[in-house]
Amino acid sequence: MRALLFVLCWWLLPAHAVIETYQFADPSLRERYNQFVEELRCPKCQNQNLSGSNSEISADLRRELHRLLHEGKSDTEIVDYMVARYGEFVLYKPPLNKQTFLLWIAPGVLLIIGIAVVLVITVKQRQKKAELKQDNLSPEEQKALKQLLKESADD
Amino acid sequence: MARLKLFIPFALFIIIGGFFYIMMDRINEGEYHPQALPSALVNKSFPAFKLPKLEQLEDTVTAADMLGDIALVNVWATWCPSCHEEHQYLNQLAQQGVRIFGINYKDDVFKAQGWLKQRGNPYLFNVVDKQGKLGLDMGVTGAPETYVIDHRGFVRLRFQGPLNERVWQDKFVPLLEQLRSEKQQEGTS
Repeated sequence: MRALLFVLCWWLLPAHAVIETYQFADPSLRERYNQFVEELRCPKCQNQNLSGSNSEISADLRRELHRLLHEGKSDTEIVDYMVARYGEFVLYKPPLNKQTFLLWIAPGVLLIIGIAVVLVITVKQRQKKAELKQDNLSPEEQKALKQLLKESADD
Repeated sequence: MARLKLFIPFALFIIIGGFFYIMMDRINEGEYHPQALPSALVNKSFPAFKLPKLEQLEDTVTAADMLGDIALVNVWATWCPSCHEEHQYLNQLAQQGVRIFGINYKDDVFKAQGWLKQRGNPYLFNVVDKQGKLGLDMGVTGAPETYVIDHRGFVRLRFQGPLNERVWQDKFVPLLEQLRSEKQQEGTS
C-alpha cells in the first residue's frame, strides 16, 4: 500500500511545475486558489501564470493569495487587490473596456473574415462550374454547330 | 497580373521582417522595454507602511517620513546585479542634491548595511522591506526600480531597471522640472 502511494506521488509530480505545500481550511478555498493561480499572470514574466512560474514575485503573490483567501476575501476583492498593485496585466481574463476591446473582439472578427473568405471562394467556384455546364452559344453559333454536326454525319 | 500575385508572400515577409527589425533596434537602443509594465501606482498616493530603518534597526519609519517634497524612491538589494551598476550613479545624483530614499527589498540586512558602508550611501534613509510587503503594495516586480514622488505624496513615475545618465536625462529631468513648477504654482496661489 505504501509503495503504491509512493509510486502515485512520483507519478503526480510533473503535473505541477511549482509545488508549495499550502494548507487550506476548506476544500472550496483550495479550489478557488487553484483557479486563481491559473488565471493570474506573473507580473515579471511575459507569459506565465502564477502556477507555472517559479519567480520570486510569483511565490510572493501565491502566498498573498493564500492569505487573502483565508481572510475570507471575495473573488472580486482579490482581483481588485491584484489589479491595484500590478494593473490589468495580471489578469489573463481582463475585463472588457476600451483598452482590451480589441483583444476581446479580435477572435470573433477574424472568424467572420475567415468564414467570408471561404464563402466567397466556394460561391465563385460554383459559378464557374455552372458556367461551364451551361451551353451558352448564340443562335448563330447553334446554327453553325448543327451544320457541322450534319456535315460530319453526312460523311 | 497572376505573376505579380506570386510575390505577395514575399512582400509580406519583407514587411513583417522590417517590423521585427525595427522593434529589435528599439529594444537594443533602450527605447522600448517589452518587460516594462505600466504601473498601477502612477498618480496614486504612495502606499502607507511602518517598517524598520536600515541605518538604525530599532527605529521605525513610515510613509509620512518620506513624503512632503519631491523625491526619488529607489528599490534595491544586494542580490540584484543591476543595482551594483546603478549605485555609483545614485551617489552622483545625491551629490547633486537629489533627494533619494531607499527601499532595501527582500535582502539580508547586514549585507545591505555593509554595502552602504563600502560603496557610499546616497539615500536619506533606507526602509527594510524584508518580506517584500511594501514592495508588493508598490507593485514592485524586481529590483532595481525607481519611483518619483511629488510634493503631495503622489507617485508620478515608475522606472524599471538601472538608472544611468541617458535614462535620467530622458525620463527624469523633464518630469522633475514639471514637478518643481507645479510645486511653485501651488506655493504662490
